[in-house]
Amino acid sequence: MSLDKEYLTINLGPTHPATHGVFQNIIQVDGERIVSAEPTIGYIHRAFEKLAEHRPFYQITPITDRLNYCSSPINNIGWHLAVEKLLAVQTPKRVDYMRVIIMELARISDHIICNSILGVDTGAFSGFLYLFKQREFIYEIYEEICGTRLTTNIGRIGGFERDFNDIVFEKLEKFLLSFKEALEEFESLFNRNRIFMDRTIGVGKISSQMALDYGFTGPNLRATGVDYDVRVMSTYASYEDFEFDIPIGTTGDTYDRFMVRNAEMWQSLSIIRQALDKMPIGPYFADVPEFYLPPKQDVYHYMEALIYHFKVVMGEIPVPSGEIYSAVEAGNGELGFYLVSDGGRTPFRLHFRRPCFIYYQAYPKIIEGELLSDAIITLSSLNVIAGELDA
Amino acid sequence: MDFNNDLIASLKTEIPNGVLAVDSQTDIFTVTLERSHLIQVMAYLKTAVGFSFLTDLCGIHYPDLLSLGVVYHLHDLKNNRRIRLKTFVNQDNPVLDSVTAIFPAANWMERETYDFFGIQFENHPCLRRILNEDDMSYFPMRKEYPLEDASRTDKQDDMFGR
Amino acid sequence: MTNPNQEPKKVNMADAPEGIQGQGFFLTSLQKAVGLARKHSLWPLPFATSCCGIEFMATMASHYDFARFGSERPSFSPRQADLLMVMGTVAKKLGPVLRQVYEQMAEPKWVMAVGACASSGGIFDTYSVLQGIDKVIPVDVYVPGCPPRPEQIIDGLIQIQELASKESLNRRNSPEYQALLNQYGFQ
Repeated sequence: MSLDKEYLTINLGPTHPATHGVFQNIIQVDGERIVSAEPTIGYIHRAFEKLAEHRPFYQITPITDRLNYCSSPINNIGWHLAVEKLLAVQTPKRVDYMRVIIMELARISDHIICNSILGVDTGAFSGFLYLFKQREFIYEIYEEICGTRLTTNIGRIGGFERDFNDIVFEKLEKFLLSFKEALEEFESLFNRNRIFMDRTIGVGKISSQMALDYGFTGPNLRATGVDYDVRVMSTYASYEDFEFDIPIGTTGDTYDRFMVRNAEMWQSLSIIRQALDKMPIGPYFADVPEFYLPPKQDVYHYMEALIYHFKVVMGEIPVPSGEIYSAVEAGNGELGFYLVSDGGRTPFRLHFRRPCFIYYQAYPKIIEGELLSDAIITLSSLNVIAGELDA
Repeated sequence: MDFNNDLIASLKTEIPNGVLAVDSQTDIFTVTLERSHLIQVMAYLKTAVGFSFLTDLCGIHYPDLLSLGVVYHLHDLKNNRRIRLKTFVNQDNPVLDSVTAIFPAANWMERETYDFFGIQFENHPCLRRILNEDDMSYFPMRKEYPLEDASRTDKQDDMFGR
Repeated sequence: MTNPNQEPKKVNMADAPEGIQGQGFFLTSLQKAVGLARKHSLWPLPFATSCCGIEFMATMASHYDFARFGSERPSFSPRQADLLMVMGTVAKKLGPVLRQVYEQMAEPKWVMAVGACASSGGIFDTYSVLQGIDKVIPVDVYVPGCPPRPEQIIDGLIQIQELASKESLNRRNSPEYQALLNQYGFQ
């Protein structure tokens, strides 16, 4: 004779304060322990891939912003790199260094959100307030470069629309100093904090074999011990000129993911410092007149420039046909763009390899047997962004 | 490249009739496979050759050729090599074997491909729609369907250039 | 220790409503007094779905500080919230969930659609996106932008405060309001 067990079904619904984004998990619990979980996603499915088939290449950049909206410059620059790979365009060194600075700033801003929200979920609200002040400084730098705070649409195919002016460099220098102090303060609050360590060590463990099987990339994979970083393996935008370490963890639990993201923020600061010190002089755009808008002065005075401006914006430029796969190291892992062009003004097929979508499928396996409150902490530390999940 | 030629030669000996076409002019070495030998080739590439990481899986629709395709990107992390595999099925009866048993990461990616294109993956643990509503009656990424919802009433198409 | 030469700190206080003041009494209408109280204590329910949610987090943080307008406690439970702020794209799959959250809120309740996607679908004119949340629930204030700046979100909140302070006490029982709810299918 066996005792009949009855499991309680809980709906960790789409609207929940601790799931940072709209995804649903229907969890079966035995007391406090999770027996099984079934995720449902698609609550902000915006059909990016279908939308991209109807927009010229120049107009796809704003929709790539909205993939991982916490670090949208990385998505923009990833898309520009993909198109430049299709067109076989070589960008000048100055453009590469400017892109590196912007991408590392975006990586810092993505990790700030993940780590400070992990602090809020364990009950410590102050870290969130201290670090969000630093995010306002990053937003000011973006505003100086491209005009907007969050959904940046930064840069152009071939480079940038304007060079960094003195205010940008001044703000970058000030940011490097102030963020260093703020991050040290944040680490002093969390890294050796008894309560935080008790809540996060041993929680949500992933072995490196399981992580590789499930297609993990980015900080979640590096926390398990595998040092796969797209900036090193398939290098782009002159990352080979910079010296940086790849921080890795050992057990792949929540504490390791937190520490890996903190260490990556330190590495990003060092890369920005190196880029500022070694910034080469040169043009800030490549010579691609079919895709790069001509300067506004010329558009108002010369007929050819006006015609090119019209053709670029309306997408009347023939694109070479072919297919490419290009990847960048986004805040959450390998963000890939699989682009198939048939020579028309819009892509024939554009597929985004979104890291969140791929590693979130392992979530039910990770939380099996864990306590319910640990499952919430695991979800925060995996940094699942709903925009990237649903696309 | 020698590695690529050796790979094709060994694939042709191990699994004859598996490889339909080879393209070494694209950025990543591309191999088109016969759909009935898909699982064998995948297993061989994972265990014997070392392409153990599935980077991406997506569908593609060629209405002129009346075929739906699936494109796989694999990555050998130890030697830093990538490979692209393609396989095509007829668009009227799109049935393909699922590679979830070999690469667990393919689970949701195949569900997404089913949701968008309607390709049925055999032996998939749980093949149902993932991003769209469960009761949607058509497969939206196929080229014959429009981007906008046909039943929306608030926008006039001629004002928007459609 | 307080410095005796220091100026006493100026404290901002809310303006008193119109009324007749006398020795030890202040006469005003109940509606104005209740409106004043409601205006300065709106508890929002942040229904954050996508990018506008991150701008909301920036608005809540210390630089722009939403809490100084009375929204100190963002409530995630609909039963305890006054203001439903829908921030971000709402897909057709999420429509029924949004309706349920709106139904669970108690009167009086206000709805603010933050961002272009919540107001009208935004740049996503696709088969899967709800072209504006006013297709499923009645909306009081629309805040345009993609994403709107924190100052714009605060402006939207100030508009809701104006609506709350001037609302008549009987509005929620009036036949016009019932007709509005019936239009959306709520009883």
